Amino acid sequence: MEAVNLLSSNRYTEKQIGYLFISVLVNSNSELIRLINNAIKNDLASRNPTFMGLALHCIANVGSREMAEAFAGEIPKILVAGDTMDSVKQSAALCLLRLYRTSPDFVPMGDWTSRVVHLLNDQHLGVVTAATSLITTLAQKNPEEFKTSVSLAVSRLSRIVTSASTDLQDYTYYFVPAPWLSVKLLRLLQCYPPPEDAAVRGRLTECLETILNKAQEPPKSKKVQHSNAKNAVLFEAISLIIHHDSEPNLLVRACNQLGQFLQHRETNLRYLALESMCTLASSEFSHEAVKTHIETVINALKTERDVSVRQRAVDLLYAMCDRSNAQQIVAEMLNYLETADYSIREEIVLKVAILAEKYAVDYTWYVDTILNLIRIAGDYVSEEVWYRVIQIVINRDDVQGYAAKTVFEALQAPACHENLVKVGGYILGEFGNLIAGDPRSSPLIQFNLLHSKFHLCSVPTRALLLSTYIKFVNLFPEIKTTIQDVLRSDSQLKNADVELQQRAVEYLRLSTIASTDILATVLEEMPPFPERESSILAKLKKKKGPGTVTDLEEIKKERNSDVNGGTESTPVNASTVSTPSPSADLLGLGAAPLTSSAPPPSTTGSLLVDVFSDSASVVAPLAPGSEDNFARFVCKNNGVLFENQLLQIGLKSEFRQNLGRMFIFYGNKTSTQFLNFTPTLICSDELQSSLNLQTKPVDPTVDGGAQVQQVVNIECISDFMEAPILNIQFRYGGTFQNISVKLPITLNKFFQPTEMASQDFFQRWKQLSNPQQEMQNIFKAKHPMDTEITKAKIIGFGSALLEEVDPNPANFVGAGIIHTKTTQIGCLLRLEPNLQAQMYRLTLRTSKETVSQRLCELLSEQF
Amino acid sequence: MPHPRCGPEDTPEQAWPDFPEELPDLPPSPGREKPPWWDVPEAGPMNQMQFMLLFSRQGKLRLQKWYVPLSDKEKKKITRELVQTVLARKPKMCSFLEWRDLKIVYKRYASLYFCCAIEDQDNELITLEIIHRYVELLDKYFGSVCELDIIFNFEKAYFILDEFLLGGEVQETSKKNVLKAIEQADLLQEEAETPRSVLEEIGLT
Repeated sequence: MEAVNLLSSNRYTEKQIGYLFISVLVNSNSELIRLINNAIKNDLASRNPTFMGLALHCIANVGSREMAEAFAGEIPKILVAGDTMDSVKQSAALCLLRLYRTSPDFVPMGDWTSRVVHLLNDQHLGVVTAATSLITTLAQKNPEEFKTSVSLAVSRLSRIVTSASTDLQDYTYYFVPAPWLSVKLLRLLQCYPPPEDAAVRGRLTECLETILNKAQEPPKSKKVQHSNAKNAVLFEAISLIIHHDSEPNLLVRACNQLGQFLQHRETNLRYLALESMCTLASSEFSHEAVKTHIETVINALKTERDVSVRQRAVDLLYAMCDRSNAQQIVAEMLNYLETADYSIREEIVLKVAILAEKYAVDYTWYVDTILNLIRIAGDYVSEEVWYRVIQIVINRDDVQGYAAKTVFEALQAPACHENLVKVGGYILGEFGNLIAGDPRSSPLIQFNLLHSKFHLCSVPTRALLLSTYIKFVNLFPEIKTTIQDVLRSDSQLKNADVELQQRAVEYLRLSTIASTDILATVLEEMPPFPERESSILAKLKKKKGPGTVTDLEEIKKERNSDVNGGTESTPVNASTVSTPSPSADLLGLGAAPLTSSAPPPSTTGSLLVDVFSDSASVVAPLAPGSEDNFARFVCKNNGVLFENQLLQIGLKSEFRQNLGRMFIFYGNKTSTQFLNFTPTLICSDELQSSLNLQTKPVDPTVDGGAQVQQVVNIECISDFMEAPILNIQFRYGGTFQNISVKLPITLNKFFQPTEMASQDFFQRWKQLSNPQQEMQNIFKAKHPMDTEITKAKIIGFGSALLEEVDPNPANFVGAGIIHTKTTQIGCLLRLEPNLQAQMYRLTLRTSKETVSQRLCELLSEQF
Repeated sequence: MPHPRCGPEDTPEQAWPDFPEELPDLPPSPGREKPPWWDVPEAGPMNQMQFMLLFSRQGKLRLQKWYVPLSDKEKKKITRELVQTVLARKPKMCSFLEWRDLKIVYKRYASLYFCCAIEDQDNELITLEIIHRYVELLDKYFGSVCELDIIFNFEKAYFILDEFLLGGEVQETSKKNVLKAIEQADLLQEEAETPRSVLEEIGLT
């Protein structure tokens, strides 16, 4: 309260301290906010530039929604008024930017936007600097409205880069003319494609060439500030060149320039050059040019003292890799792995595994590489990696013998990593017969070798080895008795672990009562896996994605959900083995009752049920009513998604352009704690490629009556049909709860409404007359046909509701743009109600067939 | 089946039923729909600079400026983590590092570390020079600045920063203009102070 009094003071000191206090300590206390806002309003109207400055700084520092609501209308006026002082304009521009970032909905677009663009021509460079930031952000969201800024920015930039270093007086920084402004202008240009106007385009190319030329000139000062400022502009120019990706000449020059930096004595420059080159490597024009620097980059990997620089070098090697240099790069990465920092080992392992697979011409090389990988960094080899190698070996006849021989040799090392035992066990179990002819690797030797590792291994690995043994019984009848003895020993038959015990009992039984024919059928070689995208790649994507703290658990769950029959596999046809019934029953799979009390794989029908994973990771079918609830969220963002006796799930979400965030609230309705509470998001492979979901794990215990919150960040990459599944598992009392619901993230959430006049609408409507672009559905009304409710639903759906467009006033017409990361899709819709028949006809026209289809599907369910 | 068009005469405007004052909830909702009892934090804006921290070699925080809304708990956590990370780095290492999904740009001046967090697409070198220009501004204002100046005149350090950077963006790069603004403010302050001290004296006597 004292602070608010200070604000209203006419004394500068008091006012200043009042503002400082409020900037630091304000929270959304509604009483005070009103008083504070009032004081600010007075200062803004005071026409005293110092007071106005203080007020604007305060708004920018606090930047709350309340402030946005109060001042977002006022500030644009100050910004474009002719008589505003320059310094106030600067503050106003950035203040508005801050408000736009927190609450874009409060900042009205209007006449002022075109006048803001012209601030790029302002005489005062400080004003231009501040305005450029504002324009860049606004242009990102409203590219059409700010299109004129491109030519203005180009001419401003051109004036700066060609000016003599003294022209700009105090805006020259260590002999570099206006570096901050140049960088900002280059950033603004990155919001747009290359200019269409040939003259503007030519002028921009000239600018970029001048900047590249300047890099070759001798420095005007030895100060690091000079070179930093100069290179800051240069790197931003290179970013723009890469963004445009259309001038091969410039791209190659940029690449050469970066090549020079790779050997610069400044660590900072080497770091940035490596980083920038990574993006250059993905352009078809400069990929080859980047490759010429391979030796330097490899050298950097060996000699750089700073781990963050080495990390960049690894990234670059990964980016520049193709068939021609894969062997070299993979070898160097493996080399580096031996000494690499622990923090980045896992990532390197994934990268090596991906490159080795992607560019393998000769699969023996691939097998060698992965085995080396396990040898060098076994702890960092995730399950995905070794699943994948097995998958590939099984699918390729030509490499099986080699793989068996190599793993056999690798296993002879006195200490080998457990992952190697897993791969070895699996491969020998399948293909051990291919090397059994050699007396040095006779069946018994193979068996003894594997069994010598048995006691050192963890339970899952032992389970795998037991399966290998039963496979040996089939492959090598001569060692059957040896194996039976092992299975019969107390340490197996009476093992404390139920899984191991069950396997031992069942395998022993199987080997004694089944005839050779049946054994051969049951323990047949694994069939080839269907080709699928590498799950390692998905893992790396996840790892590198924003919000690097990914939920490990989630990865595991997701894998389980998509792998049955895929990367994760069991050595034997599991379901057949889990039934210890008489041999005659073995062929009638479905009929065999499960006599064991241990948790066996539950479905006898599917062949590749994962016997390793505990049964908890099986995802429950959708909860009843889930579809209805899902439909309710198509036109709204907040509400209760699911509720039963125990749990309530609430949602709040907001979407902007192609991004969104969703708050999921899990409320424990009971008075008992939930334990092991794990919500998991599950996307199909297809959905994963078009929808990027990031979230963090929640606390595994939820107290009685408490609520936990989980935030999901959403990015729409391209249009999609399905919805992600939210699976929740927890223990309540003694029981295990498993619930799945569809999460209402639907394509229409990425709608941006577009207002247009009747004429425009029909013109666009006609442009989209291609039959694939149109989708139509005629359906019976499921709810009372109320005009206002229908209107609300169409607006809730995300499109603009256009009045007075359709000649028939009873019809509804809407328009909007779906934003995805890759494209924007214009959508038009028309809904014609027929009251007598209680029917609707819905027509969707968009530029993309799948989008029309999906939107039509979603909207038809709403009326 | 051809869909019969509803002609305008079928549904004259006056024949429409009266609209309810308030729109009912969209489709009928199963179960109870009580108002949520939760607070939703605001969406994080996409800023250029996310925050700036100044801390000493001993890890004492000297100045902090946040350009994104974060809770105090988060701020503390970030500060702790970053101070540790940066102090652990050796002198010759590069001034940039990836941290969470941000990029950290830092530089050491005498006993003080200046540390900025920027986003993935942002320009590291220009950020390094933002730090330098800020140091120059402090230097010029205080006359060869030292850590103590910032401790005792922290409000000045904040005012200078506000003139130079606003909302995480560079507002004014000219050293002259920034200092002019600060000096003007100081002048106003002195003007204001003189009469008051006289008044106070009167009040005291």
